[in-house]
Amino acid sequence: MKQEVLLGDEAVALGAIHAGLSGGYSYPGTPASEIMEYLIKASEKGKNFVASWSVNEKVAYEEALGISYAGKRTLVSMKHVGLNVAADPFMNSAITGANGGLVVVVADDPGMHSSQNEQDSRYFAQFAQLFCFEPSNHQEAYDMTRKAFDLSESLGIPVLVRMVTRLSHSRSRVQPQPSREQNPLKYGEGKEWTLLPVNARRQFKILVDKQKDLINASNESGFNSLKINKKNTALGIIASGIAYNYVLENTKDEASPPSILKITTYPLPEDLIKRIVDHVRTILVVEEGYPFIERNIKGLFGISGKEIKGKLNGDLPSTGELSPEIVRQGLEMKPLQKRKIDAFPMAARPPQLCQGCSHADTYRALNKALESYPQANVFSDIGCYTLGALPPYNAIQSCVCMGASVSMAKGGAEAGVYPSVAVIGDSTFAHSGITPLLDAAAVNTNMTVLILDNATVAMTGGQPTFASGEKLKRVIQGLGIKKEHLRTIIPLPKNHESNIQVMKEEFDYKGLSVIIAARECVQQARKKKRRKSE
Amino acid sequence: MRQDIVLAGVGGQGILSIAFVIDNSALEEGLNFKQAEVHGMAQRGGAVQSHLRLSSDPIYSDLIPKGGADMILSVEPLESLRYLDYLSPDGIVVTSRSPFVNIPDYPAIEKVLSEIEAVEKKLIVDSEKLAREAGSPKAQNMVMLGAASPHLVLSEKNLKKFVRVLFEPLGEKIVEMNLQAFDLGRKASL
Repeated sequence: MKQEVLLGDEAVALGAIHAGLSGGYSYPGTPASEIMEYLIKASEKGKNFVASWSVNEKVAYEEALGISYAGKRTLVSMKHVGLNVAADPFMNSAITGANGGLVVVVADDPGMHSSQNEQDSRYFAQFAQLFCFEPSNHQEAYDMTRKAFDLSESLGIPVLVRMVTRLSHSRSRVQPQPSREQNPLKYGEGKEWTLLPVNARRQFKILVDKQKDLINASNESGFNSLKINKKNTALGIIASGIAYNYVLENTKDEASPPSILKITTYPLPEDLIKRIVDHVRTILVVEEGYPFIERNIKGLFGISGKEIKGKLNGDLPSTGELSPEIVRQGLEMKPLQKRKIDAFPMAARPPQLCQGCSHADTYRALNKALESYPQANVFSDIGCYTLGALPPYNAIQSCVCMGASVSMAKGGAEAGVYPSVAVIGDSTFAHSGITPLLDAAAVNTNMTVLILDNATVAMTGGQPTFASGEKLKRVIQGLGIKKEHLRTIIPLPKNHESNIQVMKEEFDYKGLSVIIAARECVQQARKKKRRKSE
Repeated sequence: MRQDIVLAGVGGQGILSIAFVIDNSALEEGLNFKQAEVHGMAQRGGAVQSHLRLSSDPIYSDLIPKGGADMILSVEPLESLRYLDYLSPDGIVVTSRSPFVNIPDYPAIEKVLSEIEAVEKKLIVDSEKLAREAGSPKAQNMVMLGAASPHLVLSEKNLKKFVRVLFEPLGEKIVEMNLQAFDLGRKASL
């Protein structure tokens, strides 16, 4: 088969298709979005499987679980914090086990390029007692995804693939292999899926008993490699995923390189670790994310007679993303000669709202409307509009997790904040904002929710949304919001004064109100126009 | 044979289009390559960069080490300076001289250009003028690719082949315009 130029994310998607995928589900989130983008494009080109965006990651996970129960192969993909949303089905699916191959791809974002934290999904794999792959390059992303389906079926459990931003968004060559057929429908017994305590106790024991098989699979995995340098007993390196690349980048030309263990599978391959630890005096653990391997090896008291270095003692930084030069420093090698940038203070060029963005008009009106309410607080959410926290707007005071603006505004109002304002986009509202609004409607909380309806998931590249326009209004009415306090404004400069007026009226109303600021994303409008003219 | 390039610009200037052409030319010529790019939040009018590594040997890191880049190829002058610490002692800066001002504290352009002039090997191109000459200021990215082309380890023929592949869906007129932008950039550099 012909080699292809693929993003790491796309290599995962192609691996899944070639493994006989029957259905894939996801919610957009950087750096994982391109997995589903690729699957959707492939399914539209006539490949015979389902690929779709779901309303949130929990829903996506459960849809995938439904496919797995039916005996077919399925993939669910998300960014790292998406797994928090899907944690409930994720943890419990470890207990039920999988029938058809269930592969969970989670893209972590070390360095927080586009995220609110840098949590390490390997802990989730350990927490749920599941198997996890951590590819170090594009070919492995493809090969491991395929292997993950086989392993999911042979071990009868969901299997994770942990990606990181640098691999997800890097492009390289991939050599694909011939496709496998999809599985036929094949139901399970049903007992294993029904987690009544009587069943759950039995299923949990099955999972715990399987752990030795998982460790065996990890020890024997051909994706791990141990290179012992018999002549060098001073230093050994344990490196995982893309951190392995940074080690090789620096040591490839060394005359007597340190022994290197490359880890790409979890639970940890204990036999391989023991062999390298036995061979050397000092171990340097290099891993992207939290010091997961390091902590596991070191335990509380370390290994007698051995020095274990890594992030815990500051030999490598414990926050942010690794890089070739950071790892070089950890290896105590002389840094490369580099130039200084010191002619003038380098002006930062932060991301900003696009020219003509509807959010900018909404924030200008909101700031003006709030001028006469000095005690106001604006709780916001996740999307392009989070950029409203930066100058020139400085319009919002929080961004925590999907949907939190609405629930936090309710809590704030109940603590005495007035006006308590939530600002949330249409897709984030559909994802996790509906349930807290139902909560607020039940007690008519004195707060104002601004829903910025731009009819798309803009930040991640314009994926479709589930509740926009008239449908969004019907959803909100159905939650019990009074008709006269469900207002719509069009955020345009010409409507500035009247929009301020609407906002003030609703701040003054002592109860729950929702204002929809409806105007299409300028990027999407442009794309549509371009498509029309072609 | 190997070549490490830092591509730089502002979100929306089309540096990923430059990367597409180089990646596919490398594949055509049987070279290994890795190209790390930035998506998501950073794309919204912010500084964007892409690390592009070409080699006949295996490539490990997706990122170029600081002090290791053979070339900084930038569609914007200030952005060419942002990554100067990546440039190796004998590396070259190939940059546009046309500023993209979307921040309040953009330094005086003379200062920016004199900093670039201070690098031993540099090539400063009036990409805006040449792109307009080709037909659209949007083609500055292809002007810069053309300007860099004599310094790349890839053949002009393959680069132009993939400029065509890239723009083919937009029609022959757009293809021709971008090929002309490439040629004008290349001429300015020779």
